[in-house]
Amino acid sequence: MKKHFLRPGIQLAATLVQNANFKGFFTGKIYKGDTKGVCVPGLNCYSCPGAVGACPIGSLQNFLGSTHFKIPYYVVGLLLFFGALLGRAVCGFLCPFGFIQELIHKIPFPQKKIRTFPGDKQLRYLKYAILLIFVITLPIIFKLTPTFCKYICPAGTLEGGLPIVLIHGSSNGMKTGFLFGWKMGILIICIIACLFIYRPFCKYLCPLGAIYGLCNPISLYRMHFNENACTHCGACVRACPMQVDPVKTPNSAECIRCGKCTGVCPSHALKCGFAFGKNYWHDLTEEGILHENRRQETQGTVSHENPAG
Amino acid sequence: MKKNFFSGNIRGLIVLAAAIGLIVTGILLGQYSQVLGKAIRVCLECIGIG
Repeated sequence: MKKHFLRPGIQLAATLVQNANFKGFFTGKIYKGDTKGVCVPGLNCYSCPGAVGACPIGSLQNFLGSTHFKIPYYVVGLLLFFGALLGRAVCGFLCPFGFIQELIHKIPFPQKKIRTFPGDKQLRYLKYAILLIFVITLPIIFKLTPTFCKYICPAGTLEGGLPIVLIHGSSNGMKTGFLFGWKMGILIICIIACLFIYRPFCKYLCPLGAIYGLCNPISLYRMHFNENACTHCGACVRACPMQVDPVKTPNSAECIRCGKCTGVCPSHALKCGFAFGKNYWHDLTEEGILHENRRQETQGTVSHENPAG
Repeated sequence: MKKNFFSGNIRGLIVLAAAIGLIVTGILLGQYSQVLGKAIRVCLECIGIG
């Protein structure tokens, strides 16, 4: 039972920690402390009144689009650091916008959610195109224009634009126009899509997810599949909300390490975690799996349910 | 199985070490201040205003 609340608990804590300037939501003033110079791992707009860190995608565009081009060692280093350490576990555990999308998806309307549709696989490549075009190329060409933040990012509208407009109204020269309407449109489409599809922004649009996805095969926090233990029951494929087949590609770029597959695997053939320490390897040996099965049977906690349902 | 997993970790550790090198280089070049300078001002374009 406790395990079901572990990931949402971490997600909630990560969202609160990254937006710990709570009084900003009442005053409309953004935080100006030193931690604002450090990029947070997830997508969290630095213009959000609560944000205590910088958005890595916004910071990357800021460097690439500056009048005197600089190689963004610091931001790329931080992105690679989070990517090499956690991969897309950042999406599954630490991203505030991912957490918000999951909460919206939990609303029981419509009752039947869409798992996949024609063109779903192809659409997943869109986030790489957005990374290449809107985050890297266009800011270099059109200086001082963070094109992804300006024209696409619904996280910025939800976390930054909406609170600031609601608090300040049209005072302080903050006039909303076509651009705000455009971005609100994207946000509303994203929210409606969340009701039907699990984390649509992460699946199809997020450039940060694209970067961490590329790091998934090498990240230290990773999935391991024990072929000898697998019974090919298909429970993991049915449980995966990102439509990954962990048997074929345990470290797929789409896997956000939510752990649903490891939770439903009746033979404990899948394991997710850091591969350090003797116990990790022991757990993956046949002896370890038998030991785990025996332990769970004695506790009566062997789960065969499908949590994605 | 063990060998594959170990080689995967080696690549991860190399990238992690390179990332730390990049972060240190960036800090030495004053890039932390540039991120801070941008992040402490409301980016009107980022939030769709202006």
